[in-house]
Order: sequence, then C-alpha cells, then structure tokens
Amino acid sequence: MVDVYHPKTLEEALQFRSSTGAVPFSGGTDIMVRYRTSHGVLPDLPWPIVLLGHLKELQYLRLRKGSLCIGAETTLTDVMDHELTPPLLKQAIGLMAAPALRNLGTLAGNIGNASPAGDAVCALIALDASIELASPRGRRVVSLDLFIVGPGRTILAEDELITEIIVPIGEGHISWYKKVGTRRANALSKLSVSADWAVDDNVLTHVRIALGAVAPVVLRCRDIEDDMTGMKLPEIALQREDLMNRYKCSITPIDDQRSSAAYRKQAASNLVGAVLDEMTGGR
Amino acid sequence: MNEIHCRINGTDYTFSFPGERRLLDVLREDLQLTAAKEGCGEGECGACSVLKDRRVVNSCMIPVAAVEGCEIMTLEGFRQTPEGRCIVEAFSDSGAVQCGFCTPGMVMAAASLLFENPDPSEVQIRTALSGNLCRCTGYDMIVQGVRLAAERGRGLW
Repeated sequence: MVDVYHPKTLEEALQFRSSTGAVPFSGGTDIMVRYRTSHGVLPDLPWPIVLLGHLKELQYLRLRKGSLCIGAETTLTDVMDHELTPPLLKQAIGLMAAPALRNLGTLAGNIGNASPAGDAVCALIALDASIELASPRGRRVVSLDLFIVGPGRTILAEDELITEIIVPIGEGHISWYKKVGTRRANALSKLSVSADWAVDDNVLTHVRIALGAVAPVVLRCRDIEDDMTGMKLPEIALQREDLMNRYKCSITPIDDQRSSAAYRKQAASNLVGAVLDEMTGGR
Repeated sequence: MNEIHCRINGTDYTFSFPGERRLLDVLREDLQLTAAKEGCGEGECGACSVLKDRRVVNSCMIPVAAVEGCEIMTLEGFRQTPEGRCIVEAFSDSGAVQCGFCTPGMVMAAASLLFENPDPSEVQIRTALSGNLCRCTGYDMIVQGVRLAAERGRGLW
C-alpha cells in the first residue's frame, strides 16, 4: 500500500509532489499495467502517486500567439475530437489503443512515460511541440525533443509536473502519418513515422520527419531535414534512394517482442520513401 | 487514508480502501457487481468496461481514488435504464450474445458510443468496439445489435 494523493488543484498537486516525491499519475494506462499483480490484489506500486487526470484546470485546448496550447491532462479522446487539433496529431491518436483507453490516457502521460514507441510523442515532435513544466519554483518551457532523453527517462525535475503542450500552428502545412502495428486497435507500434512539411513554388520550404520506435528516443534527423529544406521537389525525387539510405543509417532500432531491428530499418526506410513520394508526387 | 466518494449505479458510496485498489476489484469483490469481468487485466480486452461519467473506461486500470466525485455505471445499473434495456434487447434479438463473457463490456462500449453519436455508421460502431474482444460471434451480430439499438432507440440517446 502506498500513499495516493487526490489534489483539488494544480497548486495542491505541486505541493504534494514536491513535499513527498509522489510520482505523477495521469490516466494510469501504463503504470497500472506495469505494476499489476493479480485479481483482488493491490497493484504493487513502488512509490506514492499523485493523481492528476481529474484536474479540470489542466484540461483545455486554446489558441495563444500562433500556437495551440493543450492542457496536459486533456484526455486523448478530447484532444483527438477537438476542431483545433492538427490533423497529424488526430491521426496519431486515432490509432492509439482503443476508445476506453483514450478516455483515460492523456498527453502528459504519453510524454512522461517517455516510451520510444509513444505515438502522440512522435506526432508532437514532428510538429515541433514544446511543453510547459511547473514546480513551486516557477514554470519553464522546454522543447519536447529535448525533454525525453532515453527510454523512460526525461529531464522532469523531482518537484515538477507537465502542465501544457504547446504546438505551433503551421499554416498551409501538409502532414503524413503511418503506424506499423499488428492490428489497428490496441497494438503498440513496431514503428511509426510522422511528417510535416510545406512547399512554396515547387520548393520545399520546411520539413520535419519524426521516427518512432526505431531508436532510444523518437528521432528527427535535423541534418537531413536541413539539407532537404530549400530543395526543389524534382531534386528531392531524384535523391529519393539516397535520402532513404541516410535515414536508414541514422536509426538504431532494437530487436524486441514486437519486431526485429532488421525489419524496423527496412520499414522505416520504406516509410521515408513514402513520405518523399507524397511530397514530390512521385510513384 | 482519505475517504473516496462516488456514485455507482445511482447509489452514493463512501469508501476507505487503499487508493490504488482497482475499481474492478471494488466492483466485483466488495460490491458483488460481477458484470464487469477481468479478462486480460491490462486494457487489451475490454471485458472490464464500465462507464465513468458516461464514457467507457477499463475498470482494471483505474485506481479507486481516481473515481472521487465520479459517476460509475456498470451493466447491473445500466440495464435498469431505458437506454440499457434498449441495448440489451437489441443484442439479444441480434444474436449478439453467445458465451456472454464479453457482453457486459460490449454493452458499455455501445452505450458510450450512442451517448456521443446516436446514429453511428458501421465503421464508427466497429471503431467504438475495437477495444473489446469477442471470441464467439465474429463481431458481425454485435455490430448489428448496436445498429438495431440505434434505430429502435431514436430519441432515447
């Protein structure tokens, strides 16, 4: 048995967190699986938890200064169904788990769990999202890309909570998402690819491609993105194989129960090829 | 330990369980509400589905402290309501029930869908049921059952 805190406000949650070191608990859909025991027996939680999923003040979507700001405890269902949510994020969430889990799961949970296979994380990194962290010491905003540093590891301080996800609105951007899993519902990703780009007068003016579950963290290859930016689309089409190869060489997947490293390398490269085809109108 | 207050099937309860006790165990072991089943215990099968504030959730993944102030509905309570009777009868008339293990979860998932969307397409029905496994029916009769409930229950949802 552990201490379970049910704060009434964010302020109370921050107090509990900083004074007890309680672990943030959003929807619980990862924690309750990892520490389950047997029917009728308490889950074997190794630390106290502070419940956050019910905090209304962290459940919202609103526009602010050209960005969509999403309260960190908004359920995946509510994020997916909202008219302001970018299509890429809607698509990624739509293929996560199933309705009952999406009614519990939150963006803060998907981010804090820091799995390389976190599908919302993959989409959010392609969208260049940042997150706001709060503690009794104040607030800070960090790039989501820098927040997650390894499987299950983040730079969240002992007294901090994730309070908001900030997604820049890319006017006129085109997006593409593909998840490879064993079935449509309730499958964890073997790998996933999220892409977001913009074209002006046949020139690629902006591109971000995020690859999930093919490295210790969701991966973006900024050197390749920089090289592609400013290129004419026919030029990109000509370099298709070369670009696919560069991505293939940049990723470091592992063998696990869901897939093999060799499969992930090949499939990731093929999906990058599909992104380039969509971009250039090829194939 | 703090007290936990919630409403289950229309009755107010105050619990003093350890906060991490699973809602599913409270329902089945403490309240003898055994419609929700434990299939996988990890959110894959949907047999433990109940409604939390009219939305379907997996009760095997919810610590009871997290339902503070919430309204929980299980099949036992839901079947007493007009909406519940409508779905149960539609399932029965469609041959949507065989061994019955998945049925309570299926009914709750269907209810959650119809509360949001009273006139769902087949794809929307299949998506709504995608977290609930059935090893008997092949799903078609369950989909028909939800469709029938939507048609018969016009105005109800």
